[in-house]
Amino acid sequence: MSELRFTEDHEWLRAEADGSVTVGITAFAQNALGDVVFVQLPELQAYAKGAEASTVESVKAASGVYMPLDGEVLEVNEKLDGSPELVNEDPMGEGWFFRFKPADAAAVAKLLDQDAYDRLIKANAEA
Amino acid sequence: MSTETLLKTPLHALHLELGARMVPFAGYDMPVQYPLGVMKEHQHTRDQAGLFDVSHMGQIRLTGANAAKALETLVPVDIIDLPVGMQRYAMFTNDQGGILDDLMVANLGNDELFLVVNAACKDQDLAHLHQHIGDQCGIEPLFEERALLALQGPAAVKVLARLAPEVTRMTFMQFTTLRLLGVDCYVSRSGYTGEDGFEISVPAANAESLARSLLAETEVQAIGLGARDSLRLEAGLCLYGHDMNTDTTPIEASLLWAISKARRADGARAGGFPGADKIFTQQQTGVSRKRVGLLPQERTPVREGAEIVDADGTVIGSVCSGGFGPSLGGPLAMGYLDSAFIALDTEVSALVRGKKVPLRVSKMPFVPQRYYRG
Repeated sequence: MSELRFTEDHEWLRAEADGSVTVGITAFAQNALGDVVFVQLPELQAYAKGAEASTVESVKAASGVYMPLDGEVLEVNEKLDGSPELVNEDPMGEGWFFRFKPADAAAVAKLLDQDAYDRLIKANAEA
Repeated sequence: MSTETLLKTPLHALHLELGARMVPFAGYDMPVQYPLGVMKEHQHTRDQAGLFDVSHMGQIRLTGANAAKALETLVPVDIIDLPVGMQRYAMFTNDQGGILDDLMVANLGNDELFLVVNAACKDQDLAHLHQHIGDQCGIEPLFEERALLALQGPAAVKVLARLAPEVTRMTFMQFTTLRLLGVDCYVSRSGYTGEDGFEISVPAANAESLARSLLAETEVQAIGLGARDSLRLEAGLCLYGHDMNTDTTPIEASLLWAISKARRADGARAGGFPGADKIFTQQQTGVSRKRVGLLPQERTPVREGAEIVDADGTVIGSVCSGGFGPSLGGPLAMGYLDSAFIALDTEVSALVRGKKVPLRVSKMPFVPQRYYRG
């Protein structure tokens, strides 16, 4: 499964061929945050779903990036240490945050799909 | 506060047209950033020129032969000898020496003073003036009547000179009345960014045409409150309500420089402003805490409210303003620290999300000020 999944906290997830899942924040989220100046990346360890694994600091404020599912962080995007602006420039690609191994591989597919996420954004815009 | 109750400046429609992201600020619906974004807006102001709508700030005219003498009873600043055509930084103090607001005072001549006060304080400032000096001078709020634009950056003088060539002769903190596009404006060579630039008080009805005309110049971009904050923080300038308030005196806020020689304990017109005794005592015997510049030694921005601790983890202060400095290329902050720790280069730590971020006490401004002093 290579199609994207999303959370209500505006994170995207992409299941990789090796069973791991890559996580980043969506284009909507980076636009709302404004210029990103620092990313505190997670430790390589297990986090529970909903734990604040990472923090993204924009020129305006600090925002938490939450663990989308129970799992263990395997790798972080160290490029963000030197180039946090990648989160703004390419949020769905080069600006990824971390890769993790979900405790329950089937749980990923149950998150929001692109259509459901687009409806969430639309609802937010109209609220 | 719901958006319906927010006040609008005369440039509100222009902000929306320019695609600004609007936020509530001091009761006004204000642009925090435009599509360019805070980082580029900040850099543009340092490189070229930025136009800021600061019409939410309060403009007040004081009139009468006793106006300067009267105002001196409320501020620790020399107003009587403020030359015509000059502006000076001042602050209203309370009986405990705390700061009620900070403001700019200009001498228009003809027994007229022109004040610019903070948006969030302007109603209380007006009441304060009426209560204490209302019987000694005329007090005329211009809140609805006039807008205030700031044109800041190294190209500001070149741009404004296209409308009024005489601005090239002005130096930092000079103040004059000028006709811009056929309208009488008050213009000062000052600002809140650390750059050369001007603040322009313009009748509300003419504000939009003046703003459009300035924005049509290739050097000028509209700049929001987000970049205004990072610019002033790099310049080491205080933001009222954050870096000082009624609980901090000018001494604690490291604003002794703003207390005029003539009004100090050994001055020609010593004291005579609220809280003078407390402030003079503090000046002599020292204070237990002081505002200092702080440079985080890691990339993590340290924000307002973060506790500051010493090597043992004892709380020794807190951050009053903090963020990221685009020109500095890193995080920066100001904070109040126990006086034992205020020496330059002292190493302390801020607690950010439970972790210690090392800070070094640093001189301000963080980025050199580039005022035009002639």
